[in-house]
This record gives sequence, C-alpha cells and structure tokens, in this order.
Amino acid sequence: MSYWFGNDNRLPQQRLAIVSYVIVGMVGVLLIGFWKLQVIDSDKFLQWAERNRVRSIPVIAPRGRMLDRDGRVLVDNYPSFSVLLLRDDPAQVEKNLPAISEGLGIPIEDLKQQLQNSRNLKNFQPIVIKPEASKADIAFIDSHRSDIPLLEMLMVHRRRYMPGGFMAHASGYVGEVSEQQIEASNGRFRPGDFVGKSGLERQYNDLLQGTDGMRRVVVNSVGKEVDHLPTQEAIPGKQIQLTIDSDLQQVAEQSLGARDGAVVALDPRSGEILAMVSHPAPDPNDFAVRISNEEWKQLNDDPAKPLLNRAIQAQLAPGSVFKIIMATAMLEDKVPPSSFTAFCPAYATFYGRQFKCWVYGKSSHGVVDLHKAIVESCDIFFYNVGQRLGIDRISYYASHLGLGHRTGVDLPSEETGLVPSEEWVQRVFHRKWYAGETISVAIGQGAVTATPLQLARAIGGIAMGGVFKQPHLVKDAPNIGEERFNISESTVDKVTDAMYGVVNEAHGTAGALKLTGVDFSGKSGTAQIINYDLRSRLGKSKQFKDNSWFVGYAPRRTPEIVVSVLVQAGGHGSEAAGPVVRDVVKAYYDKKMKKTDGTVTAENKEDKQQRRGTAAPAAAIQPVLNTPEAVAAREAQPEEPR
Amino acid sequence: MKEAPGTRDYDWWLLAILATICALGVIEIYSATHGSSLAGMHMKQIRWLAIGFVAMFALSRLDYHLILDQAPILYLLGVIALVAVLLVGHTRFGAKRWIPVLGEFLQVSELVKLIIIIVLARFFAEVRSDQLSLRDLIKAGLLVGLPLALILKQPDLGTALVLVPLLVVGAYLGGLQWQHAAIFSLAGILLIGSVFYPPVSRHILKPYQRERITSFLHPEEDAKGSGYQLLQSEIAVGSGGFWGKGFGKGSQNQLGYIPVRYSDFIMSAWAEEQGFKGVLLALGLYMALLLRLVQNAQRAKDRAGMFLVMGVAAALGFHVLVNVAMVIGYMPVTGIPLPLMSYGGSATLFVFLAIGLVMNVRIRRFVN
Repeated sequence: MSYWFGNDNRLPQQRLAIVSYVIVGMVGVLLIGFWKLQVIDSDKFLQWAERNRVRSIPVIAPRGRMLDRDGRVLVDNYPSFSVLLLRDDPAQVEKNLPAISEGLGIPIEDLKQQLQNSRNLKNFQPIVIKPEASKADIAFIDSHRSDIPLLEMLMVHRRRYMPGGFMAHASGYVGEVSEQQIEASNGRFRPGDFVGKSGLERQYNDLLQGTDGMRRVVVNSVGKEVDHLPTQEAIPGKQIQLTIDSDLQQVAEQSLGARDGAVVALDPRSGEILAMVSHPAPDPNDFAVRISNEEWKQLNDDPAKPLLNRAIQAQLAPGSVFKIIMATAMLEDKVPPSSFTAFCPAYATFYGRQFKCWVYGKSSHGVVDLHKAIVESCDIFFYNVGQRLGIDRISYYASHLGLGHRTGVDLPSEETGLVPSEEWVQRVFHRKWYAGETISVAIGQGAVTATPLQLARAIGGIAMGGVFKQPHLVKDAPNIGEERFNISESTVDKVTDAMYGVVNEAHGTAGALKLTGVDFSGKSGTAQIINYDLRSRLGKSKQFKDNSWFVGYAPRRTPEIVVSVLVQAGGHGSEAAGPVVRDVVKAYYDKKMKKTDGTVTAENKEDKQQRRGTAAPAAAIQPVLNTPEAVAAREAQPEEPR
Repeated sequence: MKEAPGTRDYDWWLLAILATICALGVIEIYSATHGSSLAGMHMKQIRWLAIGFVAMFALSRLDYHLILDQAPILYLLGVIALVAVLLVGHTRFGAKRWIPVLGEFLQVSELVKLIIIIVLARFFAEVRSDQLSLRDLIKAGLLVGLPLALILKQPDLGTALVLVPLLVVGAYLGGLQWQHAAIFSLAGILLIGSVFYPPVSRHILKPYQRERITSFLHPEEDAKGSGYQLLQSEIAVGSGGFWGKGFGKGSQNQLGYIPVRYSDFIMSAWAEEQGFKGVLLALGLYMALLLRLVQNAQRAKDRAGMFLVMGVAAALGFHVLVNVAMVIGYMPVTGIPLPLMSYGGSATLFVFLAIGLVMNVRIRRFVN
C-alpha cells in the first residue's frame, strides 16, 4: 500500500506534554469553581434553592373574641376569603396585571398602587389585593390557576361586632394596618393585616391578635404546587372577658337613645365598668373589611363626631355635679365651717358682677345650709364656698378627687379634662387668675371640665370614703390601680346623705327619679355650654341648650354601682340624664334580685349554652395601664384612615 | 506487515473510563426525567450509547490511513451537507441544524466536526517541517473557516466554536511559531472583545446570541432569560454542597428549575444531587479520559495518527471546558453539551466515532 506521506514519526513530545498540563490546569480551575459554589457559598445557595422551592402562604390567626362578664359573646369572627397576590416573580406579576385587574374587577392603577406600597417587603411575601372575595372571584382564581399562577385564596377571619353600634366605642374596631404601624412594628405587621385601631381592639391588640401561621407548599418551576410541607399553625388570639354586663349595656344604649351623650356604669368597689355608651356611634362592622377614604373622611368631619368616645373623651363643664367636689372640699378644709349657711335671694354679687342661682326668676332658696344646697342645688351657697376656699384649694381637692387627669381606664385616647388653677392660667394664658372666675368654677362652670368617666369615678370614690379604683373593662385583671384620698367619715356621711336627699327628699332636684327598694342617690348637673358673656355677644336669638348631667349611685354607702350620664343639649340634668341613670340602676337591681332569687331559669340556660361555646377560658389579663409614657407613645402614632 | 490488530490492542482503560462517564450520564438523565413527561429518556440514551459502541468498533477496524486518504472527498461531502442543511434542513428550536436520517434527526454539524478532525490531521501531517509557516497556517485557517461560516449561518455558535480549538491545537502541535501565535492571539482577543462590545456585536451576532452575552455579563437584568438559567444552575450546584442532596432529591433538578437539566445542564443536576464529591468523580473521569487521549497521541505510530487523536482530545476537552464552565457561571450559555453525559443522539454518536478514530490509531501503533 502506498501512502501519500512518508512514515514520519517525529512527534512533538514536548508540546504534547504541555497539553497534558493544560488539561490538568483546566480541570483544576473548574474544580475551584465548584469548590466556591458548593463548599464556600453553599449555605447561601441552599437558601435560594429553598426560596425557589417553597411558597409560603400565611394562615391568619383568628382574633380573640370579646365576652361580656357573663360569658356572652360581644365581638366575634366570621370566615371570609381574601385574594393574595404572590410576587416572587416581578416580571410575571407585571405581565399578568391586566388579566388580574379584569378578572377581579380591580382598577389596574389600584393594583399598581398596592404593589408600590409593598415595595419594601421581601418578594416572597404575598400581598392582599382584594379582601372579601366574591364567589365569582374565587371561581376566577380556580379556573386560571395554570395560566395565572400568582393568585391564592387566603382564609381570613373578619370581625363581627354587635349591630347598630352597640358598645362600639368601648370595643373599638379593627382596620388595615397603616404604613406607620408597619414601619414601627419591626416586621410583625404586613400590609393588609388587620389591627385594632381604637378602643379595646387597640388597647389589647397584642393579646387579641394571635400569631399568624404559615402554610408551606412546594412549587415547581412553573408555580404549580407539587407537595406540602408541615404547616406552621396559627396561634389564635386570646379571648378576653370584659367587665361589661351586656344587659346593662343594652338598657343604657336604649335609654340614651338617639340623643348625643354618654353613659358610664361602674362598680366603684372594683373599678369594673359595667356599661359604656357613647352616642352617636358608628357601626364598626362597616370598617371590618376596608373603609374607603371618602367614608373615613365623612366620619371624621361629621359635626356630631361619631368617632368620639364621649365617655372618656368629652371634656365638658360638669355643672352642679361639681358641687359634690366643692362640698367635700369645704367639709375637709373646714373653710367655711360645716355649719356655714348662706342666704339665697336667687342672685348674688361678687367682685362687682351679678351671679344668678338657677332658680332665678322662679323662686329662691332662702337660708341654705350644705345639705339643702346639695339637695336643691343652690348656686348661691357654693358661690360663697368657692369665694372662701379660693381657686387653689378647689383645684387641690378636684385633682385629688380624680379630675384633671386620666382615670387610667384601659382604653386609648382618654382625655384629661381640666381643673383650672392660678398656675394653669399663668402657664397657658400668661395672665393672673381673676377672682371672679372662681365663682363660676364653684358651680362647675367656667374653665373646669370633666369626662363622664371621671365624674363616675369621683362620685363613686367619694361615696366609697375616698377609695378610687382604676376603672377597667377587662375582667379578673390583677393589680387594679387604686388611689386613696383621706376623707373623714363625717364628710362622707354628710355628702352621701345629701346626695340621697337629691333623689329621695321632697325638694330634691331629682325627686322624680326615686326608686322603691333601692337606696338610689345622686347629683344632677345642668351645664351651660358657653358662658354668659359669649351668649350675650352671640345674641339671645340663638338657642344653646344646656348639657344635662346626672351621676347616680346605689346604695348610699359603699355603692355597688355608680352611673354617670351626659346628655348633650339635654336641658335640665334631672330631666334628661337622670332617668337614664335610674334605668340603668334599676336594671342592675332587677337583675341582681332575679339572680339571688334564682327565679330566672331562662337566663341561666342561655348562660350555660354560652359557656359551652366558649370552652377556652378567658385569659388572665393585666390591664394595659395608661401611664403617661404609654399614652404619649400611642398618641405619637396618629391613626390613619385606610 | 503484521496481521490485523487483535482485541487486546484496544485501549481498555480508555473504554472503562468512557463507560463509567456514560453510566453517570444515564443515572443523572434518569434522575432528572423519571418524574416528568420526559420519563424513559435514559433508555433512549442507552440505545444511542449502544449504537455508538458499535460504530466505534466499526470505525476502528478501518485503517485510519485509508480514511485520511479520502480527506478531500470527506471535506467536500461535509461542505455539501452543510449547504444542504441550510437549504432543506429541518428547523428545531429556531435553528436549521437537522436532517432526517433513518427516522431520527441528525445534526450535520456533529459529523462535520469529525470530518474537520480528519482533514486537519491530514493537512498538518503533510507539513514536512518542524515549523509551521504562515502560509500553511493561513491555509489551515481557510480550511476550517468555510465550514465554520456555514455552521454559524444555521445558526449554531457552539458547534462552530468547537472548530476553533481543533485548529489551535493542530497548529500548535504542527509547529506553530510564537510570532504567529502572538498575532493570532491578538486577533482572537479582538474578536472576543468585539463580541462583548455592543456596537460591534450588533453586526456579527444574532439577537439571541447578544442576549446571552448580555445576560452573562449582567445576570440580574435578565431574571427569566438565560441569566435566569445561569443563576438557577449556580443555585443547583451551590445548594448541592459537598455531599450532595442525594439521587433524585435535588429540588432544583426535580422541580424543573434547572434548564434542560437532562442535556446541556446535566452537570448542574449531577452537582446538585451528588455534591462536590460527585463533581470530583466526574471531572476526574474527564481528566483521565483526556490525559489518556494525550498518552495515546504520544504513542501514536506517526504524526497523522497523533494529529487525529489530538484533534479528538481538543474537541472533547473544549466541550467539557465550555459546558462545565457554563454550569458554574464562568461562561455564557452556548448550547454545547457535555460529552457522554448529556442526552443527545448526534452528540453521543460523534463522541463514539471520535473515540473510534483514537482506537484506530491505538491498535495500529505497532503495525509497520
């Protein structure tokens, strides 16, 4: 065989050897690459692989329910579905937005806004794009699982409150967490979460909220679920039992009716609040899903101020109810002495100005001692007492009897009311106190203001002999705060006898409220909204109806119940507010009698049923005390409508 | 002249290494596809391997000098086939690469690689000098340039690129002078640089190729494209750790996050499930295979045989380097399979035919 080349066997051995080294070097470089990925950075990539593989869908913890003192459910939950958008893959989200917008009927700008709002969140955290999904929405998601694998259903628990705004201000309401709250929560809240926005919902949010769980599923590269991982169960929020007696609450709600005002009933022996009403009241069920900005604005701008919890936020002149403070101050200070009497011709002149008694133009009180002055609410007597005591002594007693500062009730945004003093005018208005102002303050007018709860606590505390329990709404709370102010027994006797007289004596201002079988006592108040000067400047044509107050309690010593009622623009205290107090006190005793008699079997049956339904015992709860720091911290985060 | 070579003259070590690599490939193809719609792919691969073995032995019996004799005709046939593909070829995955042969689609360019190895072996063996002249170097360049241009036209950048190391290694062993090496290296660097330089690459690369280059340079800008593929591959490799997640247990592999995990990215799947120790085994085997090829070249009877074996070594080495470097994100996605492990008929057949040439040279080393 002849070949086209000679048998040349000169091989480039050196260059072949070099090629061998190149091969070894090449494999070495590749191995270094693998070493970097698989040994040095292995943990990071393992995490990324997990993130690829595992999709986490939150399991929302149901909020704790609220029960009344007998175990009846006041605030409950119902199941509902929200639509979740999974954002692991921004490009795909972008691509599918139009289809999602059309399918769920959400404007595409809204979706973009929501995505924008959650831009700071990690991509693997899904966001709620539509709460309260309809049947059509659920069908849409189910039928598009393969082509739009970005949507998930999330079972959530919506709040159900009693209808018609029943106890709405005490319970408060939940709403979508605001951006500020998210930022302040250290990652505990996500957009779309519901948190307590006001009332008990806000105060006890940490307890009620529970801890969301996580359902973890394995998804393949096209987003299809292929397996399930162990689910991290949600820890339901704790149920709280309130001191509210829903029977009393019901009576209070109905008795106040459509009038603007507030009712607070509390047990002064323990500080337990038995009823708390503020009208007008919004229906928190309206906020349980998502409230629009317009609706929110409307609620906020409503001149009737439905969002204001008048029981703790209405700071109004207490009117003649303040005379109880004055009487206590006088008896304790012995200025003027307890035997002091004044003559009431229905008017008197102090510092060159004429001050009238409320009976002016109808009759006069004649010679008045302390007892008569309270029973018949004589202004002239207390003008004199006020003049003799002076503003700083009045201020001292009013403060120590609980006015001018928060009661510490376990609700957010409690107001302080105001007890004026020389120091106060100096600080706020940079002027001297006019002695004439003291005269107005002496009958609970002028600068002095108080909230219904403060008055209930003050009157209850005086009747208790100077023991002021911290009012609270959560039952069986340990470490209830208590303030003591030494009031002598004779003072307590005199003042409570007088308040008994208000209701039970012939000339008492609230004689019409007498309750047979019950030692019902109290004090009415009729407070002008604006002072005489302002009224005369605005002209007499305009009618400003007085605010009507009544603070009543029973029995006359160490009372079990004290009820404070404000009816705004209600007119005379004993006519507008008084009957509401009487209704509540009567309801309290009716229930108590029935219970002790053991005659009401129907109610007991209902009771048992409720108990069975609420197997889990209410948590033992420390009331969230309203220390100044806590209040300041809460108020630093203003509520924002969502 | 001695009788025809016997079975004991075959390189059984080489075959053992080859078989082991194939076994790893089949195992990983099974793991990557058994739970999906592609189940059963490993059996198809075994069928290709069987055909490959037969073809390898068949080719080894035919004296390589006879094959080299026909180099000009083979070259001509190769060029005609490439033109034919461009004219009547079957389009799959956006490229005209396939012509139907025996009911399967064959990639003509794989066959052309083999032909270029043979043609270059003959060309360099005919250079009767220890030093390669510039004239011969340019001739060799033109010889490779024509089919390269045709393959680029398909377009198949990966296969076209494989022709370059054939030329480089052949020229180097053929006595390349360092001045020429310097000039051509410079030209090569300029060319690669221009590929990465958008104003120039716009004229010479297809959009999908430019996209791959971009996503290689900036993987984060291309979360779902080939940057995504590279990232997912790196995640798979990295998450495997030293010991691996175990056979059939790689989440990136099993859940389909690794792109074409049974073919181009099979090393990624292997690295995830078998870990660094598995990579060590696989790359060790490839290194042994390549070194064994070089050893065969060193012991070849003549220059022609040596060039044949080293052509095969250059092709396989380049495949392994580019593929594995891509899997760990060191190189852009080029579509070059991993020899013997990646699933694929034409590619497997090419490797076995190439090894057939090596055996051919090997069994004739003592023949005069």
